[in-house]
Amino acid sequence: MLDTTALESFPSLISHGINVAGEISAPPSFQLPNSNDFDGFVKETIQMVKPAKGTTTLAFIFKEGVMVAADSRASMGGYISSQSVKKIIEINPYMLGTMAGGAADCQFWHRNLGIKCRLHELANKRRISVTGASKLLANILYSYRGMGLSVGTMIAGWDETGPGLYYVDSEGGRLKGNRFSVGSGSPYAYGVLDSGYKYDMSVEEASELARRAIYHATFRDGASGGVASVYYVGPTGWKKLSGDDVGELHYHYNPVTPSTVEQEMVEAAGP
Amino acid sequence: MTKQHANWSPYDNNGGSCVAIAGSDYCVIAADTRMSTGYNILTRDYSKISHLAEKCVMASSGFQADVKALQKVLSARHLTYQHQHNKQMSCPAMAQLLSNTLYYKRFFPYYSFNVLGGLDSEGKGCVFTYDAVGSYERVGYSSQGSGSTLIMPFLDNQLKSPSPLLLPAQDAVTPLSETEAVDLVKTVFASATERDIYTGDKVEIVILNASGIHRDFMDLRKD
Repeated sequence: MLDTTALESFPSLISHGINVAGEISAPPSFQLPNSNDFDGFVKETIQMVKPAKGTTTLAFIFKEGVMVAADSRASMGGYISSQSVKKIIEINPYMLGTMAGGAADCQFWHRNLGIKCRLHELANKRRISVTGASKLLANILYSYRGMGLSVGTMIAGWDETGPGLYYVDSEGGRLKGNRFSVGSGSPYAYGVLDSGYKYDMSVEEASELARRAIYHATFRDGASGGVASVYYVGPTGWKKLSGDDVGELHYHYNPVTPSTVEQEMVEAAGP
Repeated sequence: MTKQHANWSPYDNNGGSCVAIAGSDYCVIAADTRMSTGYNILTRDYSKISHLAEKCVMASSGFQADVKALQKVLSARHLTYQHQHNKQMSCPAMAQLLSNTLYYKRFFPYYSFNVLGGLDSEGKGCVFTYDAVGSYERVGYSSQGSGSTLIMPFLDNQLKSPSPLLLPAQDAVTPLSETEAVDLVKTVFASATERDIYTGDKVEIVILNASGIHRDFMDLRKD
């Protein structure tokens, strides 16, 4: 039922079920609290853990491959706990995952997915497909359904069938698609993304569209901000194209032209 | 019929603040020594800092019983690592271990807010900051605990560390010298003590550099 492969931190030198002292031990499992009210306890721990929900991430498929972009702000309630969170996670050299929801949940399970993908490669002598990788993650998350995990991720990659993009979440949902945006800033990102999208874009045009979409979301959504990172996934794997502070992007898109009044004051002040 | 809710919580918050700053060839880790529960001070002399490996130090605030348990687990795992690999764990390796250890208790978390500080394999300072369930990132400086909301903006102002996500990449470690960084930490704790009731008594400052580990104390307001 539950996926416990992530818990096996030691390669077992002795056969399973028997530990060093020769006693039969229970199979690895997550420790659960001895509480009559598990749901209530879980609700309280979620509150205590306060996962970072505010975010803007997006990904879309176009002619040349997949474009993935995200902001970097983590908020705990109203406090900005970090402006430099890596929300685009490098699963392996040809697959990326985005982070939205619980930071620890996304980090841990993406890393676990990377391990599973590598094991697949070693066992089958070929790379895993994006379809397969997203299914692995979706099945894990489904097995933990209702236990309070918060994951809203997109798996983007390039495999034998070409570019692939899936949306996977902690409710157990898995959707194949061409264009997704996840997070509190997603409505704003969709606005920019949907109006500017064309399948036949060059890599430069697509990256600029992605960057703009993230910028506009950070402008209007208080829970998004920091650095807008843009990654491109092509036939040879992923490549980070840009990482720009959105504060600076603002003045890049809205340059300050001194008005005539200011010009006069500058001249009046003199050398 | 309404559900009966537990009137006992397994958690408590013992307060306190921790800070870590990474330099080009040093790392400063500091935490106050006050341990409290509610409005009571339990002791003025409690160390929240643990020396996990030769080049790796952890400071944790939150529920000190969970902190102690966490420190024990990490020490034991480090000992096993030393037996198996015949060397000390590097700071980035310990950082990943701490993240996994925290996540293994995802459904019954360690109420421990940690900063890990040390030197990486190149001898540069590194600081890792965590949440209670193990999400972590490498940063140039960080603070956790009851005074963190007071301390972080001040550090942001003084250290202005560029984000590690920027492209082209910019160095995240501070250009400050070791003595300047220690001075900054002392100032930061003195200020946090003024406005946070859970921070005070003494600050324990640990400095890690190429010549080893050095510990210093500074008195803070005891009220």
